[in-house]
Formats: sequence, C-alpha cells, structure tokens
Amino acid sequence: MSALVRSLLAGSILSGTPLLYATLAELVGERAGVVNLGLEGVMLIGAVTGFIATVHTGSAMAGVIAAALAGAVFNLVFAFLVVTRRANQLATGLALMFAGVGLSALLGARYIGSRISGLPEFRVPVLADVPIIGPAFFVHDGLVYAAAPLAVLLWWILFSTRWGLEVRVVGENPVAAFAAGKNPYALQYQALCLAGMLGGLAGAHLSLGVARTWAEWMTAGRGFIAVALVIFAKWHPLRAMAGALLFGGAISLEIQMQARGVKVSPFILDMLPYVLSLAVLAIWGGARRHTAPASLGRVFQGMP
Amino acid sequence: MLRDPRLHALARFAGLLGVALAVFAAVLLVFGKNPLRAYVDIFAGTLGSSYGFSETLVKMIPLVLAALAVAVPARIWLINVGGEGQLFVGALSATWAAIHLPGLPGWLLLPAMAALGFVGGGLWAALAGALRARGWVSETIATLLMNYVAILLVNFFVFGPWKDPEGVNYPQTAEFPAGALLPTLGGTRVHLGLLFALVATAVFAFVLARTRWGLEMRAIGGNAEAARRAGISITRYVVLLMFVGGGLAGLAGMAEVSAIQGRLRPSLSPGYGYSGFLISWLAGGSPAGIVAASFVLAVIVAGGDILQMTQELPGSVVNILMSVVLFVVLGRQGAGR
Amino acid sequence: MKILYGFSRADAGEIRLDGAPIAIASPHDARRHRIGMVFQELVQVPALTVAENIALFLPDLGAVLDRRAIARRIGDTSNRYGLATDPDALVWQLSVGERQRMEIVKLLLGDARILLLDEPTRGLAPHEVESLFGIFRNLRGDGYAVVFITHKLEEVLACADRITVMRQGAVAGSLGRAEATTSILVSLMFGGAVSPAPRGAPATRGRETTPILELRGVSVPPEGHATGLTNVDLTIWPHEIVGVAGVAGNGQRELGDVIIGLAPCRAGRKCYAGVDATRWSVARLRARGVVFIPEDALGMAAVGGLTILENMVLGDTRKYARAGGLAIDWDAARTDLERSLARLGVSIPSADRPIGALSGGNVQRVILAREMAREPRLVIAFYPTRGLDVRSAVAARELLARARERGAGVLLISEDLDELFALADRLVVVFRGRIVGSGAPGDGASDTLAMDDVGHLMTSGSRPVRV
Repeated sequence: MSALVRSLLAGSILSGTPLLYATLAELVGERAGVVNLGLEGVMLIGAVTGFIATVHTGSAMAGVIAAALAGAVFNLVFAFLVVTRRANQLATGLALMFAGVGLSALLGARYIGSRISGLPEFRVPVLADVPIIGPAFFVHDGLVYAAAPLAVLLWWILFSTRWGLEVRVVGENPVAAFAAGKNPYALQYQALCLAGMLGGLAGAHLSLGVARTWAEWMTAGRGFIAVALVIFAKWHPLRAMAGALLFGGAISLEIQMQARGVKVSPFILDMLPYVLSLAVLAIWGGARRHTAPASLGRVFQGMP
Repeated sequence: MLRDPRLHALARFAGLLGVALAVFAAVLLVFGKNPLRAYVDIFAGTLGSSYGFSETLVKMIPLVLAALAVAVPARIWLINVGGEGQLFVGALSATWAAIHLPGLPGWLLLPAMAALGFVGGGLWAALAGALRARGWVSETIATLLMNYVAILLVNFFVFGPWKDPEGVNYPQTAEFPAGALLPTLGGTRVHLGLLFALVATAVFAFVLARTRWGLEMRAIGGNAEAARRAGISITRYVVLLMFVGGGLAGLAGMAEVSAIQGRLRPSLSPGYGYSGFLISWLAGGSPAGIVAASFVLAVIVAGGDILQMTQELPGSVVNILMSVVLFVVLGRQGAGR
Repeated sequence: MKILYGFSRADAGEIRLDGAPIAIASPHDARRHRIGMVFQELVQVPALTVAENIALFLPDLGAVLDRRAIARRIGDTSNRYGLATDPDALVWQLSVGERQRMEIVKLLLGDARILLLDEPTRGLAPHEVESLFGIFRNLRGDGYAVVFITHKLEEVLACADRITVMRQGAVAGSLGRAEATTSILVSLMFGGAVSPAPRGAPATRGRETTPILELRGVSVPPEGHATGLTNVDLTIWPHEIVGVAGVAGNGQRELGDVIIGLAPCRAGRKCYAGVDATRWSVARLRARGVVFIPEDALGMAAVGGLTILENMVLGDTRKYARAGGLAIDWDAARTDLERSLARLGVSIPSADRPIGALSGGNVQRVILAREMAREPRLVIAFYPTRGLDVRSAVAARELLARARERGAGVLLISEDLDELFALADRLVVVFRGRIVGSGAPGDGASDTLAMDDVGHLMTSGSRPVRV
C-alpha cells in the first residue's frame, strides 16, 4: 500500500511538472490577452530541440536551455501573426500546432527510438530518507524542483511589479495601456516570448525528464489540457500548481493501475484527464466570466 | 485587369499558395531534400494521372465534410475544433449498424449507417454545444478535449469488444458485410460519399442564402445582441448548428469506414477534422470556397503519402506545408477580426 | 481632442504649447508635455483596483510596486481637492461619479497641468455636477488649465471662462463668458435657431381596467458586474408613458430586458394584458405586440452587414416566411417597410443597401419603422435619443407620443431628465436595482416629483429633506 502511495505521489509530481510549465506558459499569454492553442506545437518544438541538443552535447542542461530558446523563437512566429498582423488567434494557434507537429517530426525523424539518460535526479539529503514522502517529493530532476518556485515567482511578477501590472492591463483593456503611454504590442510580444520559453521547458521536461526519448506527437494533447487548466486555475499561477498536480495525479493513477494489472481497458483510463478537464470546467462554469481577462482573444486595433 | 471579384480572389489565392510553396521548398532544402523533385512527385502522384486524380478526390470527400462541420457552426461564430472526434464517433456509430444488423439489404443498411453516423457525430458535437449554450464551457476547449476521448473510445472498441477474432493482433473489427459498403465509381475508390459532400455543400449554400433559418443565422452571426432582441433563440441555434456540424463530420467518418476501410480501424483519419478547420478558415466559410480549398488540401494530404514513399520523409511533414499555407493567409493584413 | 492626446494624428496644422510648436504622435508624447485626458470608461480597467488603475499612469512608477506609497499619494491628492476615493475598491464597483473623481486624481498624480475632459457630466446627478464644478474652480485656482467638453449649454455657462463652439469638425466661434448667452451659443451650434422639443399632449388615459403590463415583486439576479433587480413593482396602462430615471447601470437595462423576456425573473410575476407572461420567450412577447427601441440601433437592434430589407424581415421572420421557412416573401416585407417609413415621413434611397452604410439617425429611423409597423401595444424605449442629432431626437420623441395616442403603453428609459419631464405621464426612479420613488412630474408638491427630487433619488435613493 505504501509503495502505491509513494509511486502515485512521485508520479503525480513527475507528470504534473510539464503540465505546470505548460499551464504557466498559457497563463502568461492569456494575461496579456492572447489565447494560444498552438502551445502543443511549442511544446513539441521544445521537446525535440531539447532532445537533439542533449544527444549531441551530452548535457541535459544544454538541452533545457536549447528547448527554452527554441520555444521562445517558435512562439514569436505566433506573436508576429496575432500581434503585428492582427490575425485570428484561434486559427493561428491551430496552424502553429500543425507547424510544430510537422517541424518536430522532421527534426526528430533520425532520433526516434534513441534513448538518453536525460535530466539527472537529485536526492535531497536527509529529506529523501523520510519514509513515503521522501522518495515521493525529494528524488526528482532539477526541472521538477524549479517548477513550484517558478509559479510563485510568476505570481509575484504579475501582481507586484510594474511589468506585471502593465501586462494585466493589456489583457483587460489595451486601450487603457495605450492611453497610459505604454505600447500594448511590445508588452504582448514580451509576454508571448516568456510563454514560449515556458512552453519549451514543458516540452523539454517531457522528452528529457519523463519519457527520456523522442516520439512523434509525444505531447498527446497536454498543450490543450494546459489551456483548460488555465481556466481551472482562474488565471492565477498559484492555483495552476494545484491544477497541474491534480491532472498529474490522474495520469499517474492511470499508469499505476496499468502497472498493477487492474482489469480496466487502458483506453478508458487514458480518457481520465480529458474527461476530468471537461467535468471540472463544467462545474466551474459561471464563475469564469468574472476572472477571465476582459480582452482575451480580441485584437487590439489601435484606437476606437 | 481582373474586374470580376471572384477572379481577383482566385488570383490572390494562387499568389498566396505560391508563397507558401516557396517557404516549404526552403524548409525541404534545409533538410537536404530536393524540393523540385518533391513537388514533381506530388504533382505526378495527384494531378498527373487519372488514378492519382481519383485518389485526390477520395481524400477530398472527408475534407469537404469536415470543413462544413466547422463552417456551419462558424456562421454564428462557434468554433468547432472537434471535427476529428466527431468523425471518429460517426465512424463508430455507423460501425455499430454494420456489425449488429448484417442481415439487412444494402438499400436499408447503408441509409441506416449514414443516419447513425450523422446522429452519432451530431450528438457528440451537440454535447459541446449544450455546454456552451449554458455558458459553462467554451465550445473550443470542449470540442478539442472531446477529440481525444472519441479517438480513445474507438480504440477501446477495436481493441476490445469489437475486435476481429481472426485479425490476430491487428486492432480492427471484422470486415463489413457487402451490404455495408458504399458503392464506388467505376474501377476507382471514388465513392458515393462525394455525392454526400457536394449535396451537403449545396444545401448549406441554399439554406444560408434563401431560407428563414439562413437569415436568422446570418443575423446571429452579424449581431447576436440584435438577433436576441428580435426574438431569435440563440441557445437553440447553438445546439442545433453544433449538431448539424458534428453530423456532417460523422457522415465523413461513416463514409471512410464504409467505402475506404471496409472495417473500423483506429487509423481511420490522418487529421481530417483539423484540416477541415483550416479549410473552412481559408475559405472564409463560403461554400464554393470550401470545395476549392478542400481540393488544394486534398492534393497536399495525398502528397504527404507520396513524399513518405519517394522521399523518405515522415508523413506529418505535410503538416508544415499546411500550416505555412495558413500562416501566409493569416498574415495578410486585416485577416483578423 | 483625440489629436491633442495623441490617439489620432492631425493631417495638417500645428499644436503650440506655451507658444512653442510641439509634436504629439502618441499618448506618450502628450503625457510628456503634461497634457492629461479624462475619457468616459474608455481607459479604465474595471477588474483592477483604483490604486492599480492610477499606478498605471504614474510617471515615476518603480519596477516593483510599492502599494503603500501609492495609496498614500492617492490619499494626499484626494484630500487636497475633495476627491474622495478608496484605493482598494475595484473599479467596477464604483459609481459614475466616483470613477470621474478617480480619473481626475489619476491625471493630477500623472503630473498633468492641462486637463481635457470629454463629457464628464454624462450620467451625473445635478448636485454631483455642482460639486464637479467646485473641483474645477479649485484646480483653476492652483494654476491648472481645464478643457471641458459638453453639449449642455447651462453647464458651459455655469463654469467656463472661455467658450469655443464646434460644429462639424470646425470651430464655429469662440467667445468669453461675459459675451455668451444661450441664444448666441445655440445659433453657433446649429447655424440657426431650433425650437425646443414639443411637449407631448396631456395624458389621454381612458378608463381601461386592465394594465398592459404589470410587474409584481420581480427580482433578477445580478450578472457579472451588472446590477440585478430587487422586488420591483411596476404598472403600465394603455395610453400612458412611464419614464424611468436613474444613473446608468442601476438596473435600467435589466428592467427593459425582463419586460421583453430576455432576462429571467428569479422571483415575482409579470402579467401582460392581464395574462401571466412570466415565462414567455422574447418571440412570444413580440408576437403579441411588445416592441423594443434601443439606445444604439446598430448595436442592439440592427445587423449592420445585412440589407435594410433583411433587417426589416428580421423583426418578424415567422411572418414573412413562406413554404415553412424554405423561402422568404421579400415583396411583402418591402411593402410593409415602405408603408411604415412613409408614415414616419422618412424616405430611404434603396432598401437593398446594407443598413450599416446608413447614418446613425437613419438606422434608428429604419428600426423605428420596423418596430412601429408591428402595431405595438407596449413600447420599451431604452435611451432612444442618446447619441442622436437634435432633429432625429425630436422625431423619435414624437413617435413615442404618437404611440401613446394610439393606445399603447410606453416605458421610456432615459437619463435625460428634460426629456423625461417633457414626455412622461408618470416617473419612477431606479437606484441599485430598486424603484425608490414614483410620481407624476411636477414641482414636488403632494404626489409629484420635482427635478431636484429625482436627482437626489437617482444618486442616494432618498429624497432631500425640505425645510
């Protein structure tokens, strides 16, 4: 029993980490008023470049950095289209997803099936020896440990700094930001660049920390789950942690049940995260209107 | 020079396509492939022979239906990105009839399969519509997430209860009885689904332009607040149009299992539903535009199979070409709303 | 105005500040030259607090926000000019007057010395306007320049030192306070004298026994940032115009929506012509003679991309549908439209043009024609003259008066007290979703309401105590 609890907890954290990075990525963009359905593509680009860089340099750290940069550059394509060219955000997002799927398949074609040791695990001294909790919380790779502090940092940036205030104002009312002498376009570019880096990290953790291999479309819809998680988190970075952990738990539960030979079709278990997302969103329902950035999805057209 | 606006639009579309092809060629060059050979292969394999042409038409059928699945709800600004899932559910419910009513003659079984495919896909989409109509979940997110559920549902059946006992390890159902197969044209694989697609497009155009419901749809699309205040029930249209859209995607799924696969397989669609979204967007929701853009995309999709064989490129590389086409169109100033 | 603040660019000409020409390409430039502007609603962020809204405009805001320092500075400036503001309040919870004060604090802290105010008195009650003018006088005393835009003459005459009249994008005249009179200003504004709006014929209410509409204890839950309705009783008789006064956002929209069937009643009963209609749909109520005249026809009643004729059919798609909906009888719609327009004395060049191509006044006329063609028994008019030019406004008011003569009940929701006092047979005042007063317009004696009473009821929910 304690073994199950331990693997379940450890698994939730491991599977929840890429979700948390992805959710934070989407959250930053949406706070600036931009919905990005192409996060899936950004993650794939991050996953594949991280993997390739690790294979060639032998350093997982280099892989992580490459993934963040690639994610940012890739997301700037999206930023150019939706901010500068004022294209429809949803259609552009889906097109970005397709671009990510295709480009990552092309880049990764030679690496399918190769395995790497990936991100090294750090045992936190003393704490890791505490029964159950120790192995569950304190034997992980660096990106796992960094995730929660990053969420807190993002919360502080959004709510306690000038840049955070300006980004939130752009998401609520770009005209107000413009009238205050800020440049809404520049702020959206900055937010989307940061979002791309976070999305790249999410992908890197999948290929370097969780799977430790590369497979085509290995994100399997996690980018879309992140979009749902942002709503679940009511656009708040700290609540995003709870959401990512819950969904990581669903994924981990499914893996554990399969490993233990529970007689349920794996496909029914696979549905769990998606059905859970939908159920949670439906229950959240009406409250959404009050918290969503007011200009989400709209295109700032200059002055009315 | 180009007085006719339609001709003008066509010329602009061709220009954009040219830019997209050039960008994709650059990508291929970077990866050490000869883009010219790739384009020659694609052309020869799709438009260059009567067989290739018929195969392109075969790919076009689900694309037109999937694009309509997006375009119908898009008339009132509903964003249905769930064509893929609705297609899978349509295939699943049509398969139910093929498996459980094998004794029926074709003239009864095929309509039953088509109806079930339509209703299955329709209800799948209407569920997302109902969630939206109540203001609970945005239909974009709901339809996206439900895609994964639908595909897993099909997997569950073909790996589980409906698995062909003689299929050894292949996840698929047993072959359909002859009465469950859509008739094809001559010696090609072009099937009756083409008629479904063209008739559905024509009906959509007619309803939109001529009927009371079309006017009400255009009113909601133009100004939902005014439509509401004129006594038009928007919730009813949200659920209804999602149902019709999903139904059309379901019909595409039915046609695929009945005419192309002859059985239910999890690999029944290479992302037709998502491509449908892009087609509808490219065409701006116009019925004639959908047919034209579907044809172009069908060439690209069929081209993907060919590149996989002749150039040893992964099949999903065509996704790059597709997205580049879309980026070019989206990047046109003022394409946004 | 927008050019001066850098929202729009000038095609020609120059801007001089203290005698030297300056270039203003964006609000950023304007603020560098210490020019600040107050817009209505436009630049506020309702979901954020007053402090956050103001902080955004502080020129010396640090990279990390110091909330306590910001709150202190807001407090200092507010006290100095009597602009009470609570830094931690969320903006969407504020009244129009409070938002106004927040905007002025914002400009002062933003180091502006030239203040531009675009229609700042819209939606304010008479005594709030008075206190705003007091603030202007204090600012003038401290060396600030105030530019104040309004279309109400008495306000200009009450507080301005110098008056410039604009007409169709050009300066029609500029004069000092001493030489200005109402009639000079009016002739500058309109290029000729305009007769005031006609006073409606006195009430011709007969001895009907059934009210056309009766609300009993109706409540509507608040939605989002809006107000709900609480326990509203309202009766409208045939041959009667009932005016609804109130500061915008106090439940007027919900009141109109609940009557036309758009908002659901959570509690209470709605009777239409003596029949319980609490759960009727919009379509059912419309089919029985309820019509709706909106504030902004293109936003709330017309579909800009459709033709005039299509918009006409939209008023009653069932009536013009043929073959069960497969076809539409365009000829019948055209005949009805032409007849109704003729009755209004309006001519429209072609019914096949998109309605969005018409001027605002003409869109409103087409919608009036469409709604009046339905032989209404109950007219819900929602700020029907807001944003209309004088001539269109007069026409719209005449139409409401005519509907009353023909036996319809009319609910007139307006924030223009002059309009309400000129047209309404009875007034009700809404405040925070409740009806806080009612009576015939008059001088305040016995059952009547004077304009001053209405002003106080609108802003505080109670009548002033009379000595």
